[in-house]
Amino acid sequence: MNPFDYIRPASVAEAVAAAAEPGAAYLAAGTNLLDLMKVGAMRPGRLVDVRHLPGLDRIETLSDGSFRIGSMVRNADLARDAGFAAAFPAVAEALLSGASAQLRNVATVGGNVMQRTRCAYFQDPASACNKRNPGSGCDALEGENRTHAVLGWSGSCIATHPSDFCVSLVAFDAVVEIVGPAGTREVPLEEFHLLPGTTPERECVLEAGELIVALRLPSDAGRFAANQRYLKLRERTSFAFALVSATAALDIEDGTIRSARLALGGVAAKPWRAHAAEAQLQGAAPGVEAFEQAARAALADAMPSGANAFKIELARRVVNRALLLAAAGTPERMPAMPASAFSSVPGVLSHV
Amino acid sequence: MTLSVTLSVNGVRRDVTLEDPRVTLLDLLRERLDLVGTKKGCDRGQCGACTVLVDGRRINSCLALAASYDGADIVTIEGLAKGDLLDPVQAAFIAHDGFQCGFCTPGQIMSAVGLINEGEAGDDPDRVREGMSGNLCRCGAHAGIVEAVLDAQKQLQQRRVA
Repeated sequence: MNPFDYIRPASVAEAVAAAAEPGAAYLAAGTNLLDLMKVGAMRPGRLVDVRHLPGLDRIETLSDGSFRIGSMVRNADLARDAGFAAAFPAVAEALLSGASAQLRNVATVGGNVMQRTRCAYFQDPASACNKRNPGSGCDALEGENRTHAVLGWSGSCIATHPSDFCVSLVAFDAVVEIVGPAGTREVPLEEFHLLPGTTPERECVLEAGELIVALRLPSDAGRFAANQRYLKLRERTSFAFALVSATAALDIEDGTIRSARLALGGVAAKPWRAHAAEAQLQGAAPGVEAFEQAARAALADAMPSGANAFKIELARRVVNRALLLAAAGTPERMPAMPASAFSSVPGVLSHV
Repeated sequence: MTLSVTLSVNGVRRDVTLEDPRVTLLDLLRERLDLVGTKKGCDRGQCGACTVLVDGRRINSCLALAASYDGADIVTIEGLAKGDLLDPVQAAFIAHDGFQCGFCTPGQIMSAVGLINEGEAGDDPDRVREGMSGNLCRCGAHAGIVEAVLDAQKQLQQRRVA
């Protein structure tokens, strides 16, 4: 690990001032940052510890029924918040399908949004990586790339965003609240992460010193509460990143889909909202025919970035199955293995 | 830069001066306080051998910066037994052969204590397996570990009722 200065500010204003210096990074739980510092993939000269800042650890219901989640709320606490889990069960399910219990107990929701790609070449300072070292090239292009992106990638970078949580958040129009040297602003999560283009080192819209202080979920997503699921395909049943995942949510009335939400994970450098597929589902009867059509629409622009063409068909099937699970209804209790295709809870649809 | 960190470790106040902030909670416990029961396996949050309780919750101490835990209440494997009287989770691991070489065992036991505190697994082996997935055992003692956790939980429940 490189040497660094450790600063523990007493307020958001102090934190922003301390982090506006070149080479500074915010430290929350550190479950991703410290790991990347140990392997030398990140080398900040100053860590500004925001874990203890007052007022950032609250889960609030606002007067309009929307939820406001402080950025230092821990993943496990949000998933276990009964009111939140009832309103956004697919967000809770995504959270509980990520990492391990130990990591969820400290990792923060703000840190989850800011986590870096798990591309092995990004994590290895001896490899060429345009994200870590702009202009150095991309060893993933000709390397081990079966888990890499199939949507939104470029010749500069084919890495994926690893979050589960963000997939469900983007499906429900989450908004990111930001405080920085120039004041406060809000950005829809869908616009927060950036596709690589020719500047893969720029992963999100944050400017120097800007800090995520909260995430907001609008109340109108409540109409999807009865029919929503997160489904995550991974190479082992628990404690693994998604190969492909999907959040599906349906507002069904009288046998017709009034409105649908669909987002994919593990396929791109950002949580991928599938608007075209949502539009196709609107007004359709829930069922395999509509869901397969939506799955095709969601992956219409997909292209393999290497030895990963299988992920395109896999993603179609994950979308189809996530929609079938959502149509079958939100389970009464969180499945023993959240977001798993191998659920063993009696009464919970496991194979469709 | 020099930093002072005060922790409660297994009920005892410990004041530690760090010459450099690059010290994880794991290294502080092992190198500065000689509490070597907490193991360094992968040092990357993937194996769970370093699991300790912080303010009652299980975490990976290898990915915790010690400086950030000033004022925290830490419980390690050394803090579970009361003299010669083993904690029920420790006793259950012995009764059910929940280990072979023993390297992962302190982390497994601290994780099991955390899981039981969280209170969500109940008597469902699938929920125990899922809840313990952050602790790897290369000897493959997982079957005994799941039995030990279920048994310890049952004993602790009965004790609470009685």
